[in-house]
Amino acid sequence: MYKLLRQIARCGIRTEPPPLPDASLYQLAGRLNDDVLALLGRGLAIRHVDAGSCNGCELEIHGVNNPYYNLEGLGIKFVASPRHADLLLVTGPVSRNMEQALRRTYDATPAPKLVVAIGDCGCDGGIFGEGYASCGRVANVIPVDVAVPGCPPTPAAIIQGILTAVSTGAKA
Amino acid sequence: MTPEIDGIELVRLPGAVPAWRASVDANAWLAACAAVARGGGRLGALWASDERDRGSGFTLRALLVAYEGLICLELPLPPQAPEYPDLAPVFPCAARMQRAAYDLLGVRAAAPDGRTTDTRGWLRHGAWQPDAFPLRRDVPLATRLPAGDARYAFVTVEGDGVHEIPVGPVHAGTIEPGHFRFSIVGERVLRLEQRLGYKHKGVEKRFESMTLADGARLAGRVSGDSTVAYAWAYAMALEGMAGARPSRRALWLRALLLERERIANHLGDLGYLGNDGGLAFGLAQFSRLKEDLLRANARAFGHRYLMDRVVPGGVACDVDAACAQQLIAEGERLEDELRTLRAIYYDHAGLQDRCITCGRLTPRTAARLGVVGLAARASGHAIDARAYPGHAPYDELPPSVASHRNGDVAARIVVRFEEAFESLRLQRLMLQRLPEGALSTGVTQPAAGAFGIGWIEGWRGEVLVALEAGAGGTVRRCHPHDPSWQNWPALEYAVIGNIVPDFPLINKSFNLSYAGQDL
Repeated sequence: MYKLLRQIARCGIRTEPPPLPDASLYQLAGRLNDDVLALLGRGLAIRHVDAGSCNGCELEIHGVNNPYYNLEGLGIKFVASPRHADLLLVTGPVSRNMEQALRRTYDATPAPKLVVAIGDCGCDGGIFGEGYASCGRVANVIPVDVAVPGCPPTPAAIIQGILTAVSTGAKA
Repeated sequence: MTPEIDGIELVRLPGAVPAWRASVDANAWLAACAAVARGGGRLGALWASDERDRGSGFTLRALLVAYEGLICLELPLPPQAPEYPDLAPVFPCAARMQRAAYDLLGVRAAAPDGRTTDTRGWLRHGAWQPDAFPLRRDVPLATRLPAGDARYAFVTVEGDGVHEIPVGPVHAGTIEPGHFRFSIVGERVLRLEQRLGYKHKGVEKRFESMTLADGARLAGRVSGDSTVAYAWAYAMALEGMAGARPSRRALWLRALLLERERIANHLGDLGYLGNDGGLAFGLAQFSRLKEDLLRANARAFGHRYLMDRVVPGGVACDVDAACAQQLIAEGERLEDELRTLRAIYYDHAGLQDRCITCGRLTPRTAARLGVVGLAARASGHAIDARAYPGHAPYDELPPSVASHRNGDVAARIVVRFEEAFESLRLQRLMLQRLPEGALSTGVTQPAAGAFGIGWIEGWRGEVLVALEAGAGGTVRRCHPHDPSWQNWPALEYAVIGNIVPDFPLINKSFNLSYAGQDL
């Protein structure tokens, strides 16, 4: 126990300040108004759905909760069920074998059902594109509020996309 | 030394790994596989291709891993009703590969003596109909095939108090999609059946629309966490068929990238294994160390996960003396941190209690299932493609292969720690003695029909890329094979008799790729 506590004390706090929202990432106009945001603050529940990625984006989504980015420190946490979620974080492309599961997840999510598409493949199908087994970008299957490009996007870019989705959409 | 199989003439394949090929008939196919299995060999991969445009039928290929090296067996099949003898009785891990080959190309495994063969769809689900075979060459790339029936006949377990827990495809954590069907009594698992294929997005079809040069980028995205291993395997296959020889410097840099990929993934897994064992401290610590490594990757090589840094002919990055010194210093600090954390993990009674004897894969079962990579090494099989058959530059930098006999979660943790230390040792050697040479050498366009194999020990296990050139520098056929194909069935065995709440820990201790096997 001593070693463990010593290690924690030695490391200190590594968390860095989060990025600001970026209105250029919007796919749909910001759907939240100031009243809603005042009520929610930044408390937000996220459900991640991998709809067919190469798993590179998942590595960076894991990264947003490491001590440097510490997304939970902003009151934003990942939840186990879409029924508990305000926002879906979807990586793609959407495979045809995941199309129905993604639609059902979206249907199970209560309003406002914010959707953030992650990565080049989520944004436009990426290198996999559309084909017999791929529906391409996430917006081909469910409505997308914010799309974050990158292969994979960095944790900071993912956090920026999430914060953009919970801003009102006014240009910063 | 050429391997000897009665009645078969093996032809050496050019390239960096010792590999041979032979075309055989159905009887010789089975006999050769059985002979290799008796000699302690394994099945590395199985896939098919459509050759009807060349006036023949289909070709089924099996990559066998024998003592001397790799043997690629080719079995020509007729264009109508292509059938071949089921390999699953010889190599149980062939079953899912054969089901996938049927879903994509319509080549069917038939059991010889009245035994039954599993003919359920594997990759198909409901995205296309039973009579459609999307990897046939007469199906265009951008086709939306009519939907089929997505129902699936799981094996049911009956008895007093037996019930099922269906999990997925959308899981509770940030992980890839797949379905797990648990049959349980109380909290104890009687049987787990996996259904994968949810991520199937037509990677092999996509390859066939690309040039050999562009294919490297797609290869690096078959399984993002193993991007260096796949990109290197692809480059190795292409360089082999084109007769290109990257410089020593380029090969050493590739090995440097591969070892850094191994360290990064082991750090991530060690963190999550602590977390799933109830020690959140471990996740915080290891994810901090992993982030430090990724940032160093971005600084030194231009990409956090090193995507597109291995290119056909060489590498797309370099290390100068100052950068090498910095990486060495960071590596030494990481070693110190790892020693501290290893002592904490090994001393922590709660974590040890969760991990020791949990999710045990016995050496015997691992051998029978043809398990590879890290999971095999934790179950008593010290196989490692870097050491054997081996290839440059690992002949100059021989790795010490970590292994353990217990086959439980704790053993897979120990092997990860040992491998991280070993990769750090190799990294130090490489950075201290990096030879001079060109970063990239030209790769001439191989002739249509040229065939090459790449075989790389990624952090999870052996990654294969089998590549065939088409006319004008295009990809005719590319089959990437992930070690997860062999290791997923082992997870079904490892959980038997364990309690359901230990499944996440056991699953994480294997940490298999969905994207890599679903393609």
